[in-house]
Amino acid sequence: MTAQTPAGTEATILRVRDLRMHFPIQKGFLRRTVGWIKAVDGVDLELGRGQTLGLVGESGCGKTTTARCILGGYEVTDGEILFNDPELGWVDIASISKDEMFSVRRNAQIILQDPYGSLNPRMTVLDIVGEPLLINGIRGSEREQRVAELLSLVGLRPEYMSRYPHAFSGGQRQRIGIARALALQPQMVICDEPVSALDVSIQAQILNLLEELQDRFGLAYLFVAHQLNVVSHICDRVAVMYVGKVVESAPTGQLYDRPRHPYTEALLSSVPRPDPRNQADEIVLEGEVADPANPPSGCLFHPRCRYAVEQCRLEEPELRPATAGHFVRCHLADDLELMGVSAPAA
Amino acid sequence: MTAETMTVLPAADATERLDTASQWQLMRWRFLRHKAAVVSLFVIAFFYAMAIAVEFVAPYDPNIPNVFYQYAPPMRIRFLHEGRLHRPFTYDYVQSRDPKTLRMVFAEDEEQPHPIRFWVKGDPYRFWGLWRGDRHLFGLENPDARIFLLGTDELGRDMLSRVVYGTRISLSIGFIGVILSLALGVLLGGVSGYFGGTVDLFIQRMIELLQSLPQIPLWLTLSAALPREWTAIQIYFGITIVISVVAWTEIARVVRGRFLALREEEFVLAARFLGASETRIIFRHLVPSMTSHLIAVLTLRIPEMILAETALSFIGLGLQAPVVSWGVLLADVQNIRTVASSPWLFSTGVCIIVVVLCFNFTGDGLRDAADPYTH
Repeated sequence: MTAQTPAGTEATILRVRDLRMHFPIQKGFLRRTVGWIKAVDGVDLELGRGQTLGLVGESGCGKTTTARCILGGYEVTDGEILFNDPELGWVDIASISKDEMFSVRRNAQIILQDPYGSLNPRMTVLDIVGEPLLINGIRGSEREQRVAELLSLVGLRPEYMSRYPHAFSGGQRQRIGIARALALQPQMVICDEPVSALDVSIQAQILNLLEELQDRFGLAYLFVAHQLNVVSHICDRVAVMYVGKVVESAPTGQLYDRPRHPYTEALLSSVPRPDPRNQADEIVLEGEVADPANPPSGCLFHPRCRYAVEQCRLEEPELRPATAGHFVRCHLADDLELMGVSAPAA
Repeated sequence: MTAETMTVLPAADATERLDTASQWQLMRWRFLRHKAAVVSLFVIAFFYAMAIAVEFVAPYDPNIPNVFYQYAPPMRIRFLHEGRLHRPFTYDYVQSRDPKTLRMVFAEDEEQPHPIRFWVKGDPYRFWGLWRGDRHLFGLENPDARIFLLGTDELGRDMLSRVVYGTRISLSIGFIGVILSLALGVLLGGVSGYFGGTVDLFIQRMIELLQSLPQIPLWLTLSAALPREWTAIQIYFGITIVISVVAWTEIARVVRGRFLALREEEFVLAARFLGASETRIIFRHLVPSMTSHLIAVLTLRIPEMILAETALSFIGLGLQAPVVSWGVLLADVQNIRTVASSPWLFSTGVCIIVVVLCFNFTGDGLRDAADPYTH
């Protein structure tokens, strides 16, 4: 069911199996649980060493929750999050001990979305970037030295370390966030929409920096984004999420050229194209994103799908291979000829 | 943190200064722009300085009556004697009885000027009840003459000395009361906000219950419950606790609210993902993020405490004579006779208003300065 990586297990750093994260809905004076929000409902992912996997979907589709579950941010409801830790070997983050998780955090880090909220305004850059070092017992001048190196690595002047976050622009702050994530030389970094809060001109700079760092340190990225155009630039594979489920997963080029799921097609049609003569009709999705607390019957996407047939309303499709390495969760995947876009040159 | 920071780069020009300024420095700069708050802060500092050194500042013992000066009006400080410039002095009073109203009237004896001196010998006292002394900040050169800058009360006691002595009790009740309710509020509010769930539910309902009780009757009941045979100092702490019982609820709510808000901040999440321990998150991230806000809230609470003590003592259920507090002093001027003939006895009221207003201005200034969303 998962995306196979041909090179075998050792090239894989992260394997998520049937991840489920359900949040209780509590009501009333005694906070009785009256229902569940199925934020993540059976997600399978696989990420190879030094590879980049994009995780794409609309707001509220569960991509950020997935990312946070992978780093032990929540007590997951069900499923396995297998991480290939260089020291501990394969560990399941979903059922790991606190001490082991502490060790895993040295190798799995995150870059958060909001460059303004993610840096403590009361700490200097030295303290922010140096916090992971301090937590792991690196102090004093050694820490200062490391922070200086990290800052030059992400394109900031080391002298800036005595400044506070309010002295920096959004792009610079995100660089500080990246420096902090890299402080302990992790193997895998989860990028939780690292550029969506930034100006378009700055976005490219940050993406280039991320690619550069990947080449240099062999980092594996799980890249969460809500726009496909950002992802095309940097990802080897892309997984598209809709209401807590992966609906399509394929190598980037393949997904762009020939999407197999109507939702992916709609997302692709919304990507802005620079050539005015090559404008495809944008598919505007009708209706709202399904409510994860009260999902529709059958295929979750059928109320908004323009190809939906009776079967879609009744039966929930499985994620199944369409071609090699291309997985899709749609009854009609083999019958439809969906519009793609030519993948931009990576 | 700062020691390390300093070695890296000395602040050079203005922008550099701004860039390397901590939140505390930014807050100080913003506060300094609020002129009313700065002035108020100085006034408060003045009153507290006075409260610390009342025995020295007050020219006389506040409890020694003087039959020759009952209800004497405030004396004027003069500079001209017989048409010539003289160092600051006062004229003493000679009293006579008004033949019509049969009231004592005071006239200035313009024959003999009594120069004012600093650091004079006067009534002996025990500073803070510990060290003997008899030096006072100011007084008359002639130990037999009297200076009453705020007049005297019905027993001929110096009002200025009484107001000054009252400062210590009244201002310290505000301060100690706030510290006490801060301790309670931070503990219960922090527990409530941090653990959430049933604990939170229980504490919040308890706060609502306490807040739904009418405040004044609650104070009255509690202070009436203090045993009458208690010493003045025991009563003093008893009253402080009574006032704090109600006041902590507001602070607990503020702390809980801040905890709930900060817990969801991305930088707290980031610290958690870095593997920071709960202790580190609480003391390195949560607590520093709310101290400035908390200080502002506390500053706005102190005047409420001062007023609460005044109100209780005024009704007669708080502190009682011979303890001198502002509330006790105001309780002395409850009758129409004083209003009509001795308005100087209201100087206590003026002090209360000034201090409360200054606290409110300072609190406003601090709150605005601590607000991270104003730029």
